[in-house]
Amino acid sequence: MILNGSEILVNVLLEQGVDTVFGYPGGAVLNIYDALYKYSDKIHHTMTAHEQGAAHAADGYARSTGKTGVVIATSGPGATNLVTGIATAYMDSVPLVAITGNVSTPLIGCDSFQEVYIAGITMPITKHNFVVRKVEDLADTVREAFRIAASGRPGPVLIDIPKDVTANKTTYVPMPAVEIPAKDKIVGDIEEIADLINRSERPFIYFGGGVRISEASDELRALINTADIPAAYTLMAAGVLGYGEKNNLGLMGMHGCYSANCAANRADVMIAIGTRFSDRVALNTEKFGHNAKIVHIDIDPGEIGKNVTADYSIVGDVKRVLTELMKHIKPAKHDAWSAQISEWKKDDYVPTDSDTELKPHYVIGKACEIAGEDAIYVTDVGQHQMWAAQFIHHVHPKNFLTSGGLGTMGYGYGAALGAQTAHPDKPVIHFTSDGSFHMNMNEVCTAVSYKLPVITVILNNAVLGMVRQWQGVFYGRRFASSEPERVTDYVKVVEGFGGKGFHCETPAEFEAAMREAVKSCGPVWIECVIDREEKVLPMIPAGGTVHDTIFK
Amino acid sequence: MKKQCMVLLVENNAGVLARVSSLFMQRGFNIDSLTVSSTENPRISRITIMTTGDQKNFSQIMKQTAKLVETKMIFSVEPTFSIIQELLLVKVSTQNADTDKLIEIIKKFGASAVDITSGCLIAELAASSQIIDDFLDAISEFKMIEMCRSGAIAMERGDVTYDLN
Repeated sequence: MILNGSEILVNVLLEQGVDTVFGYPGGAVLNIYDALYKYSDKIHHTMTAHEQGAAHAADGYARSTGKTGVVIATSGPGATNLVTGIATAYMDSVPLVAITGNVSTPLIGCDSFQEVYIAGITMPITKHNFVVRKVEDLADTVREAFRIAASGRPGPVLIDIPKDVTANKTTYVPMPAVEIPAKDKIVGDIEEIADLINRSERPFIYFGGGVRISEASDELRALINTADIPAAYTLMAAGVLGYGEKNNLGLMGMHGCYSANCAANRADVMIAIGTRFSDRVALNTEKFGHNAKIVHIDIDPGEIGKNVTADYSIVGDVKRVLTELMKHIKPAKHDAWSAQISEWKKDDYVPTDSDTELKPHYVIGKACEIAGEDAIYVTDVGQHQMWAAQFIHHVHPKNFLTSGGLGTMGYGYGAALGAQTAHPDKPVIHFTSDGSFHMNMNEVCTAVSYKLPVITVILNNAVLGMVRQWQGVFYGRRFASSEPERVTDYVKVVEGFGGKGFHCETPAEFEAAMREAVKSCGPVWIECVIDREEKVLPMIPAGGTVHDTIFK
Repeated sequence: MKKQCMVLLVENNAGVLARVSSLFMQRGFNIDSLTVSSTENPRISRITIMTTGDQKNFSQIMKQTAKLVETKMIFSVEPTFSIIQELLLVKVSTQNADTDKLIEIIKKFGASAVDITSGCLIAELAASSQIIDDFLDAISEFKMIEMCRSGAIAMERGDVTYDLN
């Protein structure tokens, strides 16, 4: 059938099973929005307050479902406003297709109104990007974008479509959804590595987001239970193993558990799975895991040897690799090693409770208790993010959404809206802070418009907590630009937008507010006043080792 | 720090060179020289990059470049098993100069004088980087007006075929 480019675009989105997109209209995408209007019974579009929010929403949608997220923006500023969202998705390997309009092809290169070379701008932050120059190429380009976004190590793909291409007509031939190539290739000596693990006395697993993306929780559990291997996770893998599960040592790295970091330091075999030895975990690449033979398992060959030299490596999809590996793993017990780890656990940091003041661990713990196990937790970036990572009792791999790699303040609200759109029946709790929330709090209008009952818990210490914490420890308490003296009245602001707000200063007030919030059918903000001296502990300074851990 | 040569066979699309060079900038890899040209296959372009670094760095460059969607094949080229050549054009003043000696050096290096105009001679030499350096050294007593040299292009010897899947 003969369709215009915009109708073809929407039809190909439908082919791929897309029923939800996020975006913001504008001149160069008027044709696309006209097609979205026409197909509005088949595809739901959420319009955000700002394109950055839309990009984060598509990201949150993708992370919480495992499907590819879709975001649409107009040319020029619309496209550049996506950049932070695309980079966030790129750093955390989130499958995303970003569609930008551009000026018509005769106007390209003429510095036309709202023209920007977004393909050039996003080259280093996408897996790949396309400029569609002919309507005849459009359908296959969009299909290819979906294939690239979800294959191998997932990531964002951008398609830039000039306005005339969205209007021109051609024959559209429907196709089935693109097939994502099977991830069955494994490069590496599985038996040799199994043998190394079988012979180890102090084995340790360090796992990351690759295990979550590969949906390999069960395979990982089988390995750690059969071979009795303690395992610790990075920020990107919270929830892959359940809280309190046997051999789950918790978070590792800069603000990870002391016992987990000790185990990493003392292990004789370290199996790094679906992770990339980032500088927030392998803080000192020379000394990280220095007592261990390091085995690195990852789907991306570029990660092997990038930051830390591995003694052994397997390139392949984590789920596949672990399944193969298990065939050669012998049941084992490491009692002495377990006993040693239990000793270290006695020194793990435990925050102090208070009956009168709001403490970060109390707020997070109580919010989770009330929201329940199925809730999706989303964070912004900074102290509250680390507290959320530490104090949520993570049980589901797709229920903790956080910007780990890029560390994007302002990620949370958009991502929470995306997650809530995907999961209308689950509670979505957005933990944020006064610093991060001032970046994208405007998205509350989106939550009001679409009746998204996201609960935002604002840990308000009136300062930029993480910046201030570093200034306190490393810069002689010279608090440059980290104490902004803002007087924002959160209750008034959210009410002004049409939502509901609470101001809490005591545990009792917070519990009451939270119980009220979960009943709401629109957005709720709960401001929690906490002390500005609260720190994220423990902490290993950048470049340090577990021996440099700060406990107070 | 070793000089190394890598060859990429990439899809002949607009922007592919920008993508490769952007990746090198992004990851802090050094490009000593780069050439790009069409090949016997109209869909494929060939990019030859000379780079300096240690083995770990080189292997990382190769892996990251291999991940680009448009990269069809990538391989390193060892000088022992390959021909790696550059092209030199150098313009020398022949005024008040011992032109016979200049011509003799040109012949000795297998270079050629491709133009003589208004008291200037342009010599051309296609050779390895080292021989080009030696040639420039040999003519250094003459007054050089301008010089340019291409990046390297490389080809493995013998019956080598590439399977572009």
